[in-house]
Amino acid sequence: VSGTFFNSFFCIKKKVLQKTIVTICLEQFIKEALNMKWNSTLIKIPLLVLVCLFAITASLSQNEAQAFSSQVIQHGATGDDVVELQSRLQFLGFYNKKIDGVFGWSTYWALRNFQYEFGLEIDGLGGAATKAKLEKASKYDEGFVREQIRQGREFTYYGGVPKEIQTEKNPQGQAQQPRQQRGQDAQKQGQQQNQPAQPNQERQNQQDAPEEQDANKGGQADNVPSGYSENDIKLMANAVYGEARGEPYVGQVAVAAVILNRVESSTFPNTISGVIFEPRAFTAVADGQIWLEPNDQARRAVHDALNGYDPSDGAIYYFNPATATSGWIWGRPQIKKIGKHIFAD
Amino acid sequence: MFRTILIAVFALAAIGTGAWGYQEHQEKNELLIQAENNYQRAFHDLNFHIDTLEEKIGTTLAVNSRDQISPSLAEVWRLTSQAHNEVGQLPLALMPFNKTEEFLAKIGDFSYRIAIRDLEKEPLSDNEYETLQKLHQKATEIKNELREVQALALENNLRWMDVELALASDDKPQDNTIIDGFKTVDKNVEGYSEVNWGPELTKMSERKDGKYKNIKGDPISKKKAEQLARKFLDLNSDVEIRVEENGKGANYGAYNLKINNPKTDVSTFMEITKKGGHPVSIISDREIGERKLSLYEGSEKAQQFLKKHLYNGVELSESDQYDNTGVFTFVQVKEDVRIYPQSVRVKVALDNGDIIAYDGLDYLITKNDDRIFTEPKLSKEEAKAKLNKNLKVNEDHKSVIINNLGEEVLCYEFLGTINNETFRIFLNADTGIEEYVEQLE
Repeated sequence: VSGTFFNSFFCIKKKVLQKTIVTICLEQFIKEALNMKWNSTLIKIPLLVLVCLFAITASLSQNEAQAFSSQVIQHGATGDDVVELQSRLQFLGFYNKKIDGVFGWSTYWALRNFQYEFGLEIDGLGGAATKAKLEKASKYDEGFVREQIRQGREFTYYGGVPKEIQTEKNPQGQAQQPRQQRGQDAQKQGQQQNQPAQPNQERQNQQDAPEEQDANKGGQADNVPSGYSENDIKLMANAVYGEARGEPYVGQVAVAAVILNRVESSTFPNTISGVIFEPRAFTAVADGQIWLEPNDQARRAVHDALNGYDPSDGAIYYFNPATATSGWIWGRPQIKKIGKHIFAD
Repeated sequence: MFRTILIAVFALAAIGTGAWGYQEHQEKNELLIQAENNYQRAFHDLNFHIDTLEEKIGTTLAVNSRDQISPSLAEVWRLTSQAHNEVGQLPLALMPFNKTEEFLAKIGDFSYRIAIRDLEKEPLSDNEYETLQKLHQKATEIKNELREVQALALENNLRWMDVELALASDDKPQDNTIIDGFKTVDKNVEGYSEVNWGPELTKMSERKDGKYKNIKGDPISKKKAEQLARKFLDLNSDVEIRVEENGKGANYGAYNLKINNPKTDVSTFMEITKKGGHPVSIISDREIGERKLSLYEGSEKAQQFLKKHLYNGVELSESDQYDNTGVFTFVQVKEDVRIYPQSVRVKVALDNGDIIAYDGLDYLITKNDDRIFTEPKLSKEEAKAKLNKNLKVNEDHKSVIINNLGEEVLCYEFLGTINNETFRIFLNADTGIEEYVEQLE
């Protein structure tokens, strides 16, 4: 139902009619929602008030709806398009988790629900038709969302709720803000009764924000191979960098794979940290080189190993023939030599 | 006058240096003692847990009621894992104590299997009872030997720091009491490798060893391997390739190729099996430029690559973006059944769409064109009824996975959510047992 309705409206071109479109569109949207789900008259009134408030807000803050890039967004993707996708889905109430820029399962289900509700093909992909419909059905205030992510704030982006109450203000400065007040904030949000937003102040905030690419990434998350945490990867990257930083890339992947093979093996500890910190297991741990800051290559090597690449072919030992002090290690059945290391079973 | 001042200054300096040196010495000693104490704690904990372990296995032999066997075997399982953990904290890494560790792990597996079993339906068999008896005997021996080492260590104030030093200087024959004691323990365990672990565990280890038997074909020469690589990767003739054989410690015979492209200065590493010349893996590394392709376009590139190399009927099952690369997992699909073990991974650079890594080992060792699916005993609806009531199912498939006994089983796969969290549940299509459950991010 809603799909056809939106179609009819959005053939009208932007800009001039922006205000009216948004207003009418929202009214209709809410009306439909009322017909479908909420029958209680008690909720209707505040909702209508809300719609009006929102319309005012929307027309005042003239943030152009930011458009997606032309690329198809797929499960597992990361980046700005995903942030926008999650924001828009949250705006419409489909997505309830953190806007972090990682297309995980929650985003996937949200997108599929959106596609279902709006009569699109349900494929879980952010393709051209889906994105177009999303752009029309929702608003995306890129500056606001980016700013929140950059500052690492907890925030939400639900449509129809003033942005000010969807974010914690000055998380550092007001860390000791009494719980009670936060509770009230939440309550207000629940009742959806609030003053209209103050767009001027907000825009100023946005201008203050530095436009650095890296800084923008701040709270935006990265993908992590399933079953491991960002910290596991960091720890392994440290070990790999300390042990094999002069080695070719494959050699580094192989060292990371050896750590994982040991975790699997019954004769070694069962955790990544247990294997790495086993006394006398790695020289880089013994002499403290493990605490050097690993480079990007070491991190990539760890990623590859965690994703299943094992150039060592299941080795659980490796040694540098030039410096190996133990005669015993030479007795292990050797698998192959990569760079300076001999890998053994 | 001047001399006295000078002497005084020097004297002060000497005293200062002395005091500083003494303090440093004290601090170093403190740290050494701390490290030593950590080792001591792990060592004595290990002894304590082996003690209790022996006792618990003994109890299992004595009790008759099923209500008692399960808890005490669960206790055995817990204790083996504790002991395992403590061995990992001792500086034994390069000392052969493997047999004992393996033995402990196997006791753990064995007791876990029985502890979780429904002993009402399937009581402890005579064979298993016998195995437990043997394990008890063995555990008693290990316990006694370790006790002895412990007593000697306490009596003579033996330090683990000395063990570490002795192990580090490997040239001279080791006459360290602790090392000798541990070596004796390990040697004795070796003699007990003929313990009957029961069909389940035996099958599991057989499967593990026989995993690579599936690699078939006529052996190929080094030259042929090089040609295959050139064809597989579409390489020009100016690209250098160095071929090496892998050693006898490897699980399967293979050639390792180091491929150097002089133009791009990218080196690629490739492995090809000797039997049949199957490509196992490719890994290359280069700086990835700015992202020009989406993950979706990357997956199309990966698909094209696989199609070109005769992978028929594989389907994308997982895609993940890491920085500017995409990692894609494809699984074999036959008669609408996803065969998860038979999977292949491709990594695509999202700047120009190059394939930068490939991993076909799993696909190779599980490839089985003759797989036959029998009609499942449960219908999809019957299986669905067995799921947790709170799970909202969004998607379902039929799929094959490897269960925790290492067998391939046909399952119904359900993807659903409970309170915003996504779960994947594999239900055995015949028995309705939940074979594998995982939470997805």
